[in-house]
Amino acid sequence: MKESLNINQLENEAIYIFREVAAQFEKPVLLFSGGKDSITLVRLAQKAFFPAKIPFPLMHIDTGHNFPETIEFRDRLVRELGVELIVRNVQDSIDQGKVKEETGRYSSRNMLQTTTLLDAIEEFKFDACIGGARRDEEKARAKERIFSVRDDFGQWDEKNQRPELFDMLNGQIDLGQNVRVFPISNWTELDVWTYIEKENLEIPSIYFAHKREIFMRDGLIWSHSDYVFQDEDEEVEERMVRFRTVGDMSCTAAVDSHATTISEVVAEIRESSISERGARIDDKRSEAAMEKRKQQGYF
Amino acid sequence: MEVLKIATAGSVDDGKSTLIGRLLYDTKSLTEDKLEAIERSSKQKGYDYLDFSLATDGLVAEREQGITIDVAHIYFSTATRSYIIADTPGHIEYTRNMVTGASTSQAAIILIDARHGVIEQTYRHFFINNLLRIKSVIVAVNKMDLVDFSEEKYNSIKADFEKLVAKSDYEDQNITYVPVSALKGDNVVEKSATMTWYKGQTLLEYLEHLDTKDIYNKGKMRFPVQYVIRPKTSEFHDFRSYAGKVYGGDISIGDEVVVLPSETKTKIKEIYFSDKKYTSASRRSSISVVLEDDVNLSRGDMIVKVNEMPKVEKSFTATISWMDSKQLVAGSKYILQHGINKVLAKVNAINNKIETDFSGVETDVSNLNMNDIATVSFQLNKPIFFDAFKEHRTNGAFILIDPQSNNTVGVGFIE
Repeated sequence: MKESLNINQLENEAIYIFREVAAQFEKPVLLFSGGKDSITLVRLAQKAFFPAKIPFPLMHIDTGHNFPETIEFRDRLVRELGVELIVRNVQDSIDQGKVKEETGRYSSRNMLQTTTLLDAIEEFKFDACIGGARRDEEKARAKERIFSVRDDFGQWDEKNQRPELFDMLNGQIDLGQNVRVFPISNWTELDVWTYIEKENLEIPSIYFAHKREIFMRDGLIWSHSDYVFQDEDEEVEERMVRFRTVGDMSCTAAVDSHATTISEVVAEIRESSISERGARIDDKRSEAAMEKRKQQGYF
Repeated sequence: MEVLKIATAGSVDDGKSTLIGRLLYDTKSLTEDKLEAIERSSKQKGYDYLDFSLATDGLVAEREQGITIDVAHIYFSTATRSYIIADTPGHIEYTRNMVTGASTSQAAIILIDARHGVIEQTYRHFFINNLLRIKSVIVAVNKMDLVDFSEEKYNSIKADFEKLVAKSDYEDQNITYVPVSALKGDNVVEKSATMTWYKGQTLLEYLEHLDTKDIYNKGKMRFPVQYVIRPKTSEFHDFRSYAGKVYGGDISIGDEVVVLPSETKTKIKEIYFSDKKYTSASRRSSISVVLEDDVNLSRGDMIVKVNEMPKVEKSFTATISWMDSKQLVAGSKYILQHGINKVLAKVNAINNKIETDFSGVETDVSNLNMNDIATVSFQLNKPIFFDAFKEHRTNGAFILIDPQSNNTVGVGFIE
């Protein structure tokens, strides 16, 4: 303990935000996907409240099409942390007739998550949902606030956002509204990976290079799986790949890689020329794809 | 990794988005898929050059109107440090966004169109950077390609801006001038091959050499209690620490401190960051502290060093920037959030409205509209612990929240 603290600005900012959430809201929840960003969030939350436990539960909106590696990882992490995990399933929303499964070549359950999420927020009366979105991911996210107010229908009104000045966060809301909170707003993909490396955080195995059955479509590498629609002429081959994001299997493309350790992944990203969401099939739909989904309540 | 946040200001068509796009392009921060999207979109619109502004104008409405309407954050990094650019619009009606972007920035770029020189908008941009106490300001004289890269033209613009600087009361401010062509890439990242008469640094070189330790304004140490940590587990049965962020100065074990509002004296016993103990912590670190004595603090209380007392008062005067479409009227009540501390505030009087072009003040004002800047006196329901904004960039600022709409309606800088 004979040293003075050298700070990482981004880490300190995130810890500050976590503490504001705990202080300003009655029922916060951390949205946990099992991906690297939400794993980073969990680590930051631990740091913010040590030696107390993280003072809110984690929640996973499960599309049912997740990589099995991610789910195994999620359950182990929650056991180790001793925090509560809430799981709500997109399948249930489908069974209740609230949403309809998409069909066809590009069908995905990614859009359907929104309904399940909004229902869960209402069920538990969550007033703050903490997420791992970053402003560098996508153009519409670049305008997102750290405390982003959603109305009773979970909608984002991007033209009428509260100004955020200095580090003062205004969490005042009316009953029925909720706030989406983004503690790592200002991090880049590389910042997250460097942090994972420094903190020696465990992440799901699909982030590292592995042999996988894949097929090519539109120049992207798709995972061969029961959940992904595949044309007869799309041939399956085996290839060394890894994933840069963990959406569900139907909306996450892989990249060619031989990186099997975190430092190799970091090195690869430094040199990479395809931005992270370039491998997200859901954004390719149109230039305004993300903005439209956000207005409807998507994360 | 060090992070430097820069606010940008320019009028419509000054080429701000192009400048940012150029910075991204020349630092190889635009990835292939983003470049592709820009190429595709530029072609669709029939441009014969790459429209970099598409890299930053995020929202659909903006793309349709071809203007930037909100604060967007753009990220790039060099081997030296990471940069965040707060792209704030320069329209007269969007003062609020510029104030917002500048509040979290450590440096600012003011863009001037070389064809038009220093105009009224430039005055306003400089005024806001001044009001927000941005220490490093870069004046980028853009579109030099359209004035034949004329040294004479550049010098006359520089002289005009210096006249403006003479009106400022912020003596520590560092102002740098760079002639650029964002479209052609001169003096943004690469040195200009044409403007050989300019011997200074390029825009990026200047940013790379900014000493980040110097650009944060220092002040006295302030530690507002953000959250009380009480684990109540067998291992940490009686443990109680106070979590918060350190502002202004450093904090060390053994420091003699005063706790406000009770004015109880005690000492710093332990400093935690996460699960590790440290002997001292510097500004901007999110730590938690354990005190020597059993003093009971709650959120909003403040720990300061003895002999470094802030002002503890229930009324004060502040310069405010009004940000809501609903007018501010003398006599109305708001929630005043000073850092993390919330109190009730009543607007006693609007003393005068300040013209943001340095032309003076307007007295006899009974209400304020969005984008107005004014001197206002407040009465609070209980005292807060503050410093003058000019002496303490964090402990001298507050926001106003409308208790009906819950919106953040204004920001204030205490005199």
